[in-house]
Amino acid sequence: MAETTTSAEPTRRDFLFIATGATAAVGLGALAWPFVSQMAPDAATIAAGAPVELDLAPINEGQIVKLFWRGKLIFVRHRTEAEIAQARDVQLSALKDPEPDQDRVVDGKAQWLIVYGNCTHLGCVPLDFAGEYRGWFCPCHGSVFDTSGRIRSGPAPINLPIPPYTYVDDTRIVIGEA
Amino acid sequence: MSAHPTTYVPKNAAAKWLESRLPIIGLVHTSFVAFPVPRNLTYMWTFGAVLMVMLVLQIVTGVVLAMHYTAHADLAFNSVERIMRDVNYGWLMRYLHANGASFFFIAVYIHTFRGLYYGSYKAPREVLWILGVIILLLMMATAFMGYVLPWGQMSFWGATVITNLFSVIPVVGDTIVTFLWGGYSVGNPTLNRFFSLHYLLPFMLFGVVILHVWALHVPGNNNPTGIPIKSGKDAIPFHPYMTVKDSLSVVLFVIVLSWFVFYMPNYLGHADNYVPANPAVTPSHIVPEWYFLPFYAILRAIPNALFGVIAMFASIAVLAFLPWLDTSKVRSAAYRPAFKVFFWVFAATCLGLGYLGAMPAEGGYVIAARILTIYYFAHFLVILPLLGLFETPRPLPNSISESVLGPRGSSGMPAGATAEPQSK
Repeated sequence: MAETTTSAEPTRRDFLFIATGATAAVGLGALAWPFVSQMAPDAATIAAGAPVELDLAPINEGQIVKLFWRGKLIFVRHRTEAEIAQARDVQLSALKDPEPDQDRVVDGKAQWLIVYGNCTHLGCVPLDFAGEYRGWFCPCHGSVFDTSGRIRSGPAPINLPIPPYTYVDDTRIVIGEA
Repeated sequence: MSAHPTTYVPKNAAAKWLESRLPIIGLVHTSFVAFPVPRNLTYMWTFGAVLMVMLVLQIVTGVVLAMHYTAHADLAFNSVERIMRDVNYGWLMRYLHANGASFFFIAVYIHTFRGLYYGSYKAPREVLWILGVIILLLMMATAFMGYVLPWGQMSFWGATVITNLFSVIPVVGDTIVTFLWGGYSVGNPTLNRFFSLHYLLPFMLFGVVILHVWALHVPGNNNPTGIPIKSGKDAIPFHPYMTVKDSLSVVLFVIVLSWFVFYMPNYLGHADNYVPANPAVTPSHIVPEWYFLPFYAILRAIPNALFGVIAMFASIAVLAFLPWLDTSKVRSAAYRPAFKVFFWVFAATCLGLGYLGAMPAEGGYVIAARILTIYYFAHFLVILPLLGLFETPRPLPNSISESVLGPRGSSGMPAGATAEPQSK
């Protein structure tokens, strides 16, 4: 094996060592990115996540319709007057994630509650019309949601989120476009 | 391995030729034939061998199952049913693999509690112990991903619940979960990557097992007294004494496994997993496989999602710090009267958490789970550090052979190889 000489002056080997090491570090970093990026949703999955249209007219009062957008379950609930009144007759300070019912629906469309259908705790599907407030009850870990989809008790940290949606006319919505 | 220069002498020309080029026979001879073990090892020390057999069984049956399985969300469930009905002995391969996973965990939990009882994690075996914790984590990841592959209801919702655990990480949680899923929810890309990793991890596990055995063979085995081998009288060679003991244990273990495989193959499983995955309906009661129940109980006991997840992972991570949390210089519980009591209380706590993990998360069950969760962590973080300072241990024997044969044991030594195993 060749002897390594130590001198005050940098040698050509020192230069090669640093230059090669720097190039290798940059190269490994650049190569790591594709390996991380391939984990992300692919083009087909993104394309399949295009907005979906839903006609609300056939949904009766008191009924919950379920559909999927981007593989995520969405509840479309046609609320009764009593359910709306119950959701609005609540002390905001008593809520775990305070949010007035008015902010969770479109003005003038208070009967239509549109929320994601997976519990915000760990993603189970809550059961319809169950639990203390007859909103939803998650059978996995006992989260209770009211008729506005707000968390009232149990481990879920936040209310059922509202997906992006918009009314294209009086009775039709598009989910996925805000 | 390197600490014990081999005593192997090649007996024929071919062995001599190989040994001078790759000393592998000598390595095996040193590690598994002449290797000195304490003469007082009990059957509690045979579960390492049982685990080795179980890992090989899981890999062999798993490779076969992978030949017939289809990793696609639309086809996976039916391909598993085809294995059960159409493939020759497919039912046997699958039941061995599924029950084998459970029995793998039975053995690893006995092995772990043996280490806890006899203080096998204490110096100089800290690295050995930490490698064991890594093996436990790899086993859990592998078992979880394997349970997802049949793509039944429990598979799907188990995957949903567990991957959503990462969404509680502040700021980047949702991005991490999307990258885990390869989509916007658990779906086909998730199943594909879980299959890939489920096939990979057991081989990584095997690599860590080799390190674990290597780290064992430097200080050698702990034993029921916790005191090290001091002379040849304390030790016997691995072969034939431990090989026969290990073999008997393996045979008995496989008999119990066979009883499950042939007479109650679905006893440890969940009926809901024979329902194909349906993202619109959650089973009325999601429970993980039994071996995750204590950790699941800890997760559900904490009212805050983020801290629940942290507590669940911490309940395993705390084991890695055990060598420094236990302040007692005495290893074995046999000479620690107070620790012995706390050990059994702790073992009962783990069983209690397992029971609560299987129960619905409501009312008194939640309160009980909270009390036991607090006790679980208190055992490691409060009781063990203090116990070493306040406990008065019983006097230790002078040697392993004295503990076996009494203070005048040298006159009662059995004749033959047991007496001086290392002198040949």
